[in-house]
Amino acid sequence: MKKIIALIALIVISAFMLGGVAEMRGDDGSFGNPVETEMDDFFLEDSQDHNQVNNVVTAVLFDYRGLDTLGEATVLFSAVSGVLTVLRKYKLSKKENLTKLTKSSKGGKK
Amino acid sequence: MNFKMSVVVRTVADIMIIPIIVFGIYLILHGHLTPGGGFQGGAVIASATALLIVAWGTLKDNKDDFSTMESTGLTMFFLLALLGIIMGFSLFYNSLAGTGGIFGGTVSGINPGYINTGGTVPLMNIVVGLEVVAALSLILYMMAKRSDALEVEE
Repeated sequence: MKKIIALIALIVISAFMLGGVAEMRGDDGSFGNPVETEMDDFFLEDSQDHNQVNNVVTAVLFDYRGLDTLGEATVLFSAVSGVLTVLRKYKLSKKENLTKLTKSSKGGKK
Repeated sequence: MNFKMSVVVRTVADIMIIPIIVFGIYLILHGHLTPGGGFQGGAVIASATALLIVAWGTLKDNKDDFSTMESTGLTMFFLLALLGIIMGFSLFYNSLAGTGGIFGGTVSGINPGYINTGGTVPLMNIVVGLEVVAALSLILYMMAKRSDALEVEE
């Protein structure tokens, strides 16, 4: 039953996504020829004048879509915070130490 | 248990981190001219840390330095974003481009490779590179240390 539900969900979502991709193409149906080109043209033509930057990807990343990059950096920051929290040095209390560690190993703590 | 590789590997790793770090700094500083940028260059420099950890088994405890570096990078990035508002424009506006200060050079048409251009974009590349270096190195360092700890317990 679960598998059937998953299969139906997969088919429906794939249909929506493929439909979206098909809608994005031009009338001749060729790939890489999108219908809406205003943003692309804006970035390609104006990023040099606005930012004095050759690399349009960097111009989009750090100027036009800077808020997205801020989120990306924050994600990295939270990932590191999570790693530091999970892998921190911690002490078990005496009770836990006896019950937990003696079973698995020689009871040696770090 | 501190697993060290042989002296050949350790020596080669010590030598090789110099070109790796130089290449990473090149990627970060030329982020606005050539493919690359803060994230990519930072990952390249962090691979030097990975090389050192693989060769030497562990590093000396510089967790706090990496932590400070990372926080500084993120804070500076947000302050640079706020600079646009302070100068009277919107958030993340490139208010330093073409003003003549640091990274404020002006070129008309295609930039032939002058690094002193780009306004806040190269500065943001630098601080993001700082953050990525510290973050990835910190993750690698913590995981290496933890695997050491587990090895001792067995």
